[in-house]
Amino acid sequence: MGIYSTLTSIEGELHKCMKCGNCQAVCPIYKETRHEVGVARGKISLVEALLSGETEMTEGLSERFSLCTTCMACNANCPCGVRFDQIILAARAEAVRQKGLHSGKAIAFGALKRQGLFDLGLKVGSVFQGVALKRIPGRKSGSRLRFEVGIGKTKVFPNLAKRTLRSELPEIIRPAGTAKMRVAFFTGCMINYFYTDMGKAVVEVLIENSLEVVIPNGQGCCGIPASVNGDVESARVMAKRNLREFENMGAEALVVACSSGGSAWKHVYAELLSDEPKWRALAEKWAEKSYDIAEFLVDRIPFKEEGLGRVERKVTYHDPCHLNRGQGIYAEPREILIKIPGLELIEMKEPGRCCGMAGSFSLIHPELSDQILERKIQDIAQTHTDTVATGCPACRLQLESGVENADLQEDVVHTVQILAESYRAGKLEPGV
Amino acid sequence: MLAESMLRELREALGSKNVLSETEDLLTYAYDATAAMRRKTPDVVVAPKSTEEVSQVLKIAQKYGLPVYPRGSGTNLSGGTIPLEGGIVLSLLNMNRILEVDTENLTATVQPGVIIQDLNNEVAQHGLLYPPDPGTVTTATMGGSVSECSGGLRGLKYGVTKHYMMGMRLVLADGEVIKWGGKTVKNVTGYDLTALFTGAEGTLGIITEILVKLIPAPEARKSLLGVFDDVDKAGRAISAIIRNRIIPATLEIMDNMTLRTVENFTHAGLPIEAEAVLLIEVDGYKEVVEREAALVEDVLQQEGAVEVKVAKDEQERERIWFARRSALPALAQKKPTTVLEDATVPRSKIPEMLKAIREIAHKHDLLIGTFGHAGDGNLHPTILTDERDKEEMARVEKAVDEIFQVAISLGGTLSGEHGIGIAKAKYLPLEFGEAGVRTLRRIKEALDPQYRLNPGKIVIRKE
Ligand SMILES: Cc1cc2nc3c(=O)[nH]c(=O)nc-3n(C[C@H](O)[C@H](O)[C@H](O)COP(=O)(O)OP(=O)(O)OC[C@H]3O[C@@H](n4cnc5c(N)ncnc54)[C@H](O)[C@@H]3O)c2cc1C
Ligand code: SF4
Ligand code: SF4
Repeated sequence: MGIYSTLTSIEGELHKCMKCGNCQAVCPIYKETRHEVGVARGKISLVEALLSGETEMTEGLSERFSLCTTCMACNANCPCGVRFDQIILAARAEAVRQKGLHSGKAIAFGALKRQGLFDLGLKVGSVFQGVALKRIPGRKSGSRLRFEVGIGKTKVFPNLAKRTLRSELPEIIRPAGTAKMRVAFFTGCMINYFYTDMGKAVVEVLIENSLEVVIPNGQGCCGIPASVNGDVESARVMAKRNLREFENMGAEALVVACSSGGSAWKHVYAELLSDEPKWRALAEKWAEKSYDIAEFLVDRIPFKEEGLGRVERKVTYHDPCHLNRGQGIYAEPREILIKIPGLELIEMKEPGRCCGMAGSFSLIHPELSDQILERKIQDIAQTHTDTVATGCPACRLQLESGVENADLQEDVVHTVQILAESYRAGKLEPGV
Repeated sequence: MLAESMLRELREALGSKNVLSETEDLLTYAYDATAAMRRKTPDVVVAPKSTEEVSQVLKIAQKYGLPVYPRGSGTNLSGGTIPLEGGIVLSLLNMNRILEVDTENLTATVQPGVIIQDLNNEVAQHGLLYPPDPGTVTTATMGGSVSECSGGLRGLKYGVTKHYMMGMRLVLADGEVIKWGGKTVKNVTGYDLTALFTGAEGTLGIITEILVKLIPAPEARKSLLGVFDDVDKAGRAISAIIRNRIIPATLEIMDNMTLRTVENFTHAGLPIEAEAVLLIEVDGYKEVVEREAALVEDVLQQEGAVEVKVAKDEQERERIWFARRSALPALAQKKPTTVLEDATVPRSKIPEMLKAIREIAHKHDLLIGTFGHAGDGNLHPTILTDERDKEEMARVEKAVDEIFQVAISLGGTLSGEHGIGIAKAKYLPLEFGEAGVRTLRRIKEALDPQYRLNPGKIVIRKE
């Protein structure tokens, strides 16, 4: 039985923990709260207390389990190799089994108090409901959405796209000439509803590299927002839907441009469906040919370097947790960036430090999310760059909000958008 | 049950954000890094932000008659922060500011919640160093490491925490505040309370400000690895290095059992056939480092090392020390419970101590891996066991007793750096005799007659 089905499945991971406290050195939450419950060791001890019967699953407990951005920094720093990501997911799934979804008083209160945020969360997340979003005039961002996040701060949200990416683009897009390969594009919700510019850049770059792109119309949410919050049943439904749709269209490879989508296809689907052999086999088959876009461009096809035009940008790159530690992809985006003529890559202090977004975490714990973000923004400011590149729309949303609130003149874009920009520039340059 | 009025008073004094009283939070203060300790949940956790607030907490504790357990990062290995009698856990983590780095007097003034590495990052900007470096530099607090008088890998050349203590501000059991020591190198005014409170494990007072000495950071360093097919030869090599008037910054040993386990865990390319390896680092001026490294290499060869490796670059150096840092976690993976001991002997007795530990392991049929700071005689025999196996735990206890007895008979001590806490309190008479223990008790009772501070640690109350 997998981690999403029983809590006892992670007993082995719990035994590995020797309570050394090394996880304290890297946990973004603990650095802000300095409460033991914030760090992996604290939450591990709570799971142990739960399994030993010393405590029961309470609302308070499930609230404590929500205190984690699942950034996996503790995994990477643990001398004993404890997979804390597995532990926290199993604990949340157990909380939902025993207490129902969003049982935590604070979770419900916190979210309900900020109904707008909550709706947005739902919209971006698993249960897309078509709630109309009001446009609130912002300071300098014109009609951008702004929400109170407590402590007198606001979070700036990108506008909903006038047309979603999938309604704007055909289901199958062919390059001029013969296609080298058929590649399926899993857009994910944020790219589909908000950041269509990112999605278009993905398609543009794939076409530029003579690949046929299919964007199955029937695809939906990746299911990660549900699975990380313990709503395993919904996540399973979404996983199956996506697997069915992509299997129907068929492709040699699948690419994603967001870190949750990548984790979903590569790891989570097979784990979620581990108790259903037929589905698991299908999930494993697709996991084998799923790539993050940067990984695909660098490791799978080598992307075309001729035709790259100058892009005069000073860029710093933020590593999304689930791309970097989750999928081991940190070199590839940098390799793309340094090959672009005119571009200067300047690393920030801790590029792998969590930005504090973590999907619904930022809705449940807006203040903490903001404190974590502030450290990131300080590091970015110190680089004196004009562009932040990253590999995930969720990080982009968070960073855009932080950059805007700090009045920094910094574009926040996906790596692949800069690559598309470079190909475009190349077409205008004489003799290239 | 706690009096509602007391919680109210604490919240008024500290702000409700800094007073934790829900079970789900309290459960996470029931343990520290010590293995096989019974957990005990406190009644309330408070996190003051200033000396005055600490003083207020102690006055409230006195009014309601509750014990107070100071806590830094909870990484100690002797049960030092476990709230044995419930009551108040006093977290110092909110007092985390570096107050001053004085580059003329070479001192730093910090609050107790500052993490050791953060202090080092700050002083490194001035080319300075705060040398004490327990394995937990990136997590342990200054207050916790002063209270344990932590050592670390650089002990041989640079000494331990107490050698860097110049003064402190303290809150006593009744809430009164005193300040001791200062920036002068020389100071003989009154009893040396700074020395008394260093290593007191929070049983005599709460440290709320710390004044430490800094040194210029060494310019260069070089690491070597010596492989031995015989533990005695390794032991003799340790003495020979010192006899040749070289004091390496670090001189560590790992025995065969530890080597095998670490290699299995890290795949760092360690010689698993070896009976022991020595890991050595010399540091200082570039020229001196080159000379000393060459000398150490010669000595190791003369003493019969089957192989000597010199780290060629930072990467190779890092590999050596990564292997050493992995010793404890790697051993901990082998069995559910890891009993880590800390008995220390004069360095000339290291070979005898290693032999004795092996015999004890054999006699009680236990898995014991030994590694540690050979250069300063501080070994970490590590017993791998399972606390659920009552019969084996009985044998573990006997083995621990015998390890202590041997260490003391060789002129050593119960604990080199991990402290007494709960874990070793009952062994104190072995080292000091009853009169010694009585002296400790008289000091404790003079400063804390109610046993308010960290009760159940070091000095046990007479029934
Ligand atoms: C993997 C590992 C490796 C280690 N390696 C070493 C090593 O190489 N060398 C070494 O010496 N130790 C080592 N230790 C032990 C431990 O890390 C050190 O003792 C450390 O300095 C404790 O710091 P802390 O902040 O965690 O203190 P805590 O564990 O929180 O507290 C330690 C003691 O100090 C008291 N205390 C804390 N703060 C105050 C204060 N402000 N005023 C009064 N009392 C206070 C507590 O009550 C307790 O008794 C290691 C531990 C682990 C888990
Ligand atoms: S670093 Fe790993 S072993 Fe150490 S306390 Fe954290 S989770 Fe446990
Ligand atoms: S995953 Fe990140 S936020 Fe969660 S406990 Fe680990 S380090 Fe902290």
